[in-house]
Amino acid sequence: MNVQFETSFLHAVPEGASVKITARDINVFYGDKQALFDIDLDIPERQVTALIGPSGCGKSTFLRCINRMNDVIDGCRVSGVIDMDGENIVDKSVDVVSLRRRVGMVFQKANPFPKSIYDNVAYGPRIHGLAADKGGLDEIVTTSLVRAGLWEEVKDRLQSPGTGLSGGQQQRLCIARAIAVSPEVILMDEPCSALDPIATAKIEELIDDLRENYTIVMVTHSMQQAARVSQTTAFFHLGVLVEKGDTKKIFTTPEDDRTQAYITGRIG
Amino acid sequence: MPKEHIVKSFDSELDNIETIIAEMGGVAEQQLAKAIEALLRRDADLARQVIADDVLLDRMERDLDTQAMTLLALRQPMAEDLRAVIAGLKTASNLERIGDYAKNVAKRSITLMQSDPVDGAPRTISRMADLVRAMISNVLDAYMERDSDKAADVRARDQEVDQLHTSLFRELLTYMMEDPGNIMPCTHLLFIAKNIERMGDHATNIAEYVHFIAHGDIPQDERPKDDQTSQTMVDPGVDI
Repeated sequence: MNVQFETSFLHAVPEGASVKITARDINVFYGDKQALFDIDLDIPERQVTALIGPSGCGKSTFLRCINRMNDVIDGCRVSGVIDMDGENIVDKSVDVVSLRRRVGMVFQKANPFPKSIYDNVAYGPRIHGLAADKGGLDEIVTTSLVRAGLWEEVKDRLQSPGTGLSGGQQQRLCIARAIAVSPEVILMDEPCSALDPIATAKIEELIDDLRENYTIVMVTHSMQQAARVSQTTAFFHLGVLVEKGDTKKIFTTPEDDRTQAYITGRIG
Repeated sequence: MPKEHIVKSFDSELDNIETIIAEMGGVAEQQLAKAIEALLRRDADLARQVIADDVLLDRMERDLDTQAMTLLALRQPMAEDLRAVIAGLKTASNLERIGDYAKNVAKRSITLMQSDPVDGAPRTISRMADLVRAMISNVLDAYMERDSDKAADVRARDQEVDQLHTSLFRELLTYMMEDPGNIMPCTHLLFIAKNIERMGDHATNIAEYVHFIAHGDIPQDERPKDDQTSQTMVDPGVDI
């Protein structure tokens, strides 16, 4: 196909949305191997941005740049600028612990601490000193569980172990844990890939609610999920950001042939 | 873009939809040709065959609807695949409509056999029908080849059909004023001409769907139209 479009989609932020994170010229190396090439991407505030692409395309690597999780990988080097509210978070002088309070993360497999439900959620606020007293901490735990859509299911057994919950509940517990420290951004790396369709639907509904208060960046292998929950979609392939833009447009009329081939199931 | 899906049965399901569209197009074109032949040759048997065969198009459309619905539910197509399925559904319903018009032409041609032939007009109708048949045939080629340029040509040709329709409209009004005995056959001929003009519009719609499959939008420019029948008057006071 050879199609020309008039619309410009330069940095893909929908009209009217302000930009929370601006990534420019991001290059990532694992040793000698380059994983990401000159990524430029704007993440709109209080919206869901989905990162899609085949395995090994660099989408998770990019996600991990946003809270400096790549720092813990041996031989990983990141260059470029990721500006969040005027601060370059790639810079070595940035306090990573405080950054990770502002940028929370939810992983593919739910990983609650081997502690009670209450302590799982209270852990972050305690170490960051976010509550003045026990009452304040209780309030944070309650609010976080309510926002994560888990409160009704666990309010009578807050002292039971978090690991005793079902997979979907554990994942919502991890989301409650992430929001307990009042982050601005939540990163989600395949948050539903280990869940059944009902638990997935609950998490998707939750993500839709959470975007009122948080900027969400999500890596997903389910294109239907990206289409359902995100407002902006970025397609990565072989370490390159091929196309980014309004989710509706990406899934109905993508501009790049590689995007088209991927979302229609022609390359994996 | 690589042509084939990783899941090969997805390709064959999309191909099935195309095949049904191609068959429907062939039948619709033939129905029009036969209806016009029945009109020109005053062949009631042929006209009755056209009327009976309309059910073929109805059946094929239902078959396509079922297959498209199944594909949407089971494959959740995206991007060009999604557009192809949506355009396939719309194209089928336009072809089915073309068939309905051909059936109506056949019915009216039987009625026309009850009265004396009207000179001239059926020839003009036959020219209109040839043009529309070519439009249907070309737009289906464009559909099968995903060729939006070819589809644009079809869209542009609808103007000629409109012009013939307008001139035929004037001609038939004149005949009716000459002799009230012409009113019955000329009215049926007017409707036949209108039916063919509508078929051209449906072929034009399909041309727009071909563009939609390739580009994701419907052409925005006003297409060339020249149907002036709605403003046409013949002054009854004029001595003819």
